[in-house]
Parts: sequence; C-alpha cells; structure tokens
Amino acid sequence: MQIYLPIAEISLDVFLLLGLGGIVGFLSGLFGVGGGFLMTPLLLFIGVPPPVAVATQANQVVASSVSGVLAHWKRGNVDFLMGLVLLAGGLLGSTIGVVIFGILKQLGQIDLVINLVYVVFLGTIGGLMFWESLRALLRRRRNPGQRRKLHQHGWIHGLPLKMRFRRSRLYISALLPLGVGFLVGVLAAIMGVGGGFVLVPAMIYILGMPTSVVIGTSLFQIIFVAANVTLLQASQNQTVDVVMALLLLTGSVIGAQFGSRLVSRIPADTLRILLAGMVLLVCGKLFFDLFSTPSALYHVEFLS
Amino acid sequence: MRVRGYLTLLAFVPLLLVGPSTQGRAVPLIADISSHLVGITTGFSGSDLLLFGAVEEPGDVVVVIKGPPADLAAYRKSQVLGVWMNTARQTFTAVPSFIAIASSAPLDEIAPPRIQQRHQFTLDALVPDLPAQRASPELAREWKESLVASMQSEGLYPTSHGQVTFLGDRLFRTKVTFPSNVPTGNYLAQIFYLQDGVMVSAQTSPLLVSRIGVEADIYHLAHVYPTSYGIASILLALFAGWLAHVAFRRS
Repeated sequence: MQIYLPIAEISLDVFLLLGLGGIVGFLSGLFGVGGGFLMTPLLLFIGVPPPVAVATQANQVVASSVSGVLAHWKRGNVDFLMGLVLLAGGLLGSTIGVVIFGILKQLGQIDLVINLVYVVFLGTIGGLMFWESLRALLRRRRNPGQRRKLHQHGWIHGLPLKMRFRRSRLYISALLPLGVGFLVGVLAAIMGVGGGFVLVPAMIYILGMPTSVVIGTSLFQIIFVAANVTLLQASQNQTVDVVMALLLLTGSVIGAQFGSRLVSRIPADTLRILLAGMVLLVCGKLFFDLFSTPSALYHVEFLS
Repeated sequence: MRVRGYLTLLAFVPLLLVGPSTQGRAVPLIADISSHLVGITTGFSGSDLLLFGAVEEPGDVVVVIKGPPADLAAYRKSQVLGVWMNTARQTFTAVPSFIAIASSAPLDEIAPPRIQQRHQFTLDALVPDLPAQRASPELAREWKESLVASMQSEGLYPTSHGQVTFLGDRLFRTKVTFPSNVPTGNYLAQIFYLQDGVMVSAQTSPLLVSRIGVEADIYHLAHVYPTSYGIASILLALFAGWLAHVAFRRS
C-alpha cells in the first residue's frame, strides 16, 4: 500500500516503513542506541532525500527512546542523575560540533570527513569492545565462580567535584561524565547521529557503569538530543516529514518494547559482543564504501 | 483520470466535425489535456494524463512537457589515495526539473536537426550548456551527459520517446506519465505541428502539479509554522512512545 509523503515528496510502501521502524526500534531498546546510524542509510536507500531522512529519523528516535526508557525504568535501569550530567556535557559539545560541521561543509568535504570519522571511531570502539567482551566471556566459561574487581582506582578518581551515582553504583568526579558527554556531543554533531554508538561503550569502559544501566541511561539522554535535532531541523530547514515519522515510530515504539524486554534475558558480556559485532559490521560496510568503485561517478542534487 | 480524458475527447469530436464550417477559418492545430491539474494526494503513486487534439491536414506532431526550471549541482567522484571522494562540482541553472517527449514518428524523420534544436525537441536542446568560461567544450559535454543520465535514473527525464498516435488523419492523442517523485510547480505542455519538416503551428498549454488535501495542509503547516510543527512532531513522538509502553504493560 503506497502513501505519499508530503515533505519527502515521494510515495513509499506503508508496510516497508512500519517494518524498518520495527527493526531499528528493536535494536534501540536492546543496545541503548538511537538507531540513526542504521535508519538514515536505509531511508536513503529507499529513495528519501538526505535532508528529510536525517531530520525525520530524529523524530522517530524520540519515540523509540521514550518507549525504551519507560520499559527500562520499570526495571530500575535508568540513572537519571548520570543522564542529566551527560546531557549537560552533550549540549555544550554539540554546539561546538555544529560550528566545526559548518567549517567542514564550507570546505566541501563533509561527506568524506563523516565517513572517515565513522570508520576510525567505529573500528576502534568495535574492535576493543569485541576483544574485551570475548575475553570476559571466555574467562567466565573457564572459572565461573571468580568475579572481576568492580573497578580499579587511578588518577581519574583523584578529580574534584565528586558525585554519587546510586543507580550506577559509582562515586566519581562529575567532570568525567561531563567530559564524555561533551566529546560525544561534538562527534554526534559532526556525524549527524545521536551518538549512542559512541556513548554506550564510553559509559561501559570509561565510566565503568553496569551494562544494564547503561542502556536505559543512554536512551534517556538520547530523547533530549533527538528532540533538539527535530526542533532545529523543523524550524530551520522544514525537513521533518511527520507522515513518514508517524509510520516509522509506530513500528519502532513496538520494536523498542521487545528489545528492552530481551535485555534482561541476555548476559551482559554476550550483549556487549553482539553490540561490538554490529559496530564492526557497520564499520566494515563504510570502509568498503570508501574504497569500492561507486555505482555512478556523477550525482546530481536539486538546489533549493 | 484517464476515463474522464477519453470522455472529454469524445465530447470534442462533434465540434471538430463541424468546426471548420462554423468557425469560418480553420485553426491548423488545436489541443488540450484531460486535466490541467495533477493533484498529489495521500494515495498518489504517479499519474497519467491524456493529451489530445486535432490538426487541419495530415502531418506530424511533437509534444514536449517541461517541469518548472530548477538549479542543480552535479558532483564527480574520483579516487584519491584509493578513497573515492567528490573532486569536482558544477552548477547548472534553470534546468527543466522534469521532461517528457512524445512524437508521431522518429524525430529525425519529422524535422531536420536545426529545427529540433531551435524548438527544443531533444534532451540535448532542452538542457542548457555550461557557460564556456567554466569548462572546455569536451568537459562541458561530459558534465551535461552525466546530468541527463542522473535525471534519467531518477525517472524525471525520459529514456525513450513516447508515441503520439493518430486516429485517422486528423485526431491525435498521447499519454503523459508523471512518476510519484514528480516535482511540484508550474509545467508547460508544448504541442508542435509540422508538415514535411516545416513548423506549421504550435500551442502551449499550462499544467499545474500540486499537493491537494491533507498533503497540502501538512506542507503548509511545516513551512508557515515551522516551530509549532516541530514541537507538535516531538509531542506526537513522546505520546506514541508512552502509548506503546502502556499497551505492553497490560499484556
């Protein structure tokens, strides 16, 4: 069944959009990522113009994150205080990121920079994560009784402004999550995605939060980032297609419920391996795209 | 739409039969379109229009449909250190955003190249060249060909000419197909009537491609009240997320 999308100015199949939303929402609830890294290329692939794809998927991310957060909240897996500190850093970072984005765009190489940043970041994060969680999984198999030390003390714990994050069972300097939020904000603004993919591993490995709390907290933070993007895109570029968003989010809020239910049934290190595997897959695809011969050497854009 | 087009055509037939005697002097070419509005509604998945008319004496007819002019940027990729990146960019101004061409016989049999070029029967004539100071003639040709190829792959430029069919010697008709991604705006339908390679008469008919109904309302809201539209979109998303949570809590 075809439906015409008023802002995207094309018609697409209703069930295709519902299905895409469902898959991306499921991954969002499972891994605590917004899913923009997956949704945007998929929308481009089915013919949605790039500006509309980026803006509309942000609107859909708001819905799937709310759906996921509520499900995780019910299980006590959202650290609201941590989420707010990360968000404060993130807002600062994304403001600076937008300025950097503008400079790169003027230089005319924004696409290439985005792809290179993606490949480098996703490759490093995915590789490290995969290696770490594989080792943890093997260790657990060998001697299941022994437990890893909760965390190690280092220079990081000497930083001032210590705060207690009860849900995450952490007593660390507020500067740490603030800094992580800032860096992710800069990257998110340049790459044009919510940054969950970078944030989730950073919360696990840099902040040392428990994996189950990370997912809910990341989703909580993403709601605000995605809502901000939606509002900016709608007011400045008029590129949010509410009809397309409605179809995508109907699928994704349901998918997110299933995803967040599954989290409690999968062991944390298996979850991290799955996430690492997906990060590496996306990275591999982008890497391949950089070097493979494009299907068309020329492409044309409407200037409006 | 098509059925209504045929009915309109039938309504014209008696007029054409008595036309010359009642009007006194004959008009060499008369043509019309089944509808001058292509309305884009929620269910829009492309549309067909019927263009029909009559000529005074046996001859050839060429029909050209042009979309509103648009500015386009074309990019060329090449390999730098093994990585494919955009290395060149050209802008084309006032390029038709949509083109459809139909003729009653192969163009080369209807008119000499000079006429085809002057009256813009071909894609090559319809798309403007790059200014000479921006690219050498060979390069300009390459850019233009790639622009045409890109638009063809989008379905906005034709890969082959449509057929103008004659019913007898004087009545003709052709089908014009608009794809679902057709740009909105003011279109022009040009109908040319030629005899033995000489232009006898031409007629231009306006055509509007526009959103109507709910589609138009949403587009209007998004452009006139962008901030409220954005806030409404966010509230909708928040509500949907909450609704899913409530629905699943029950089950």
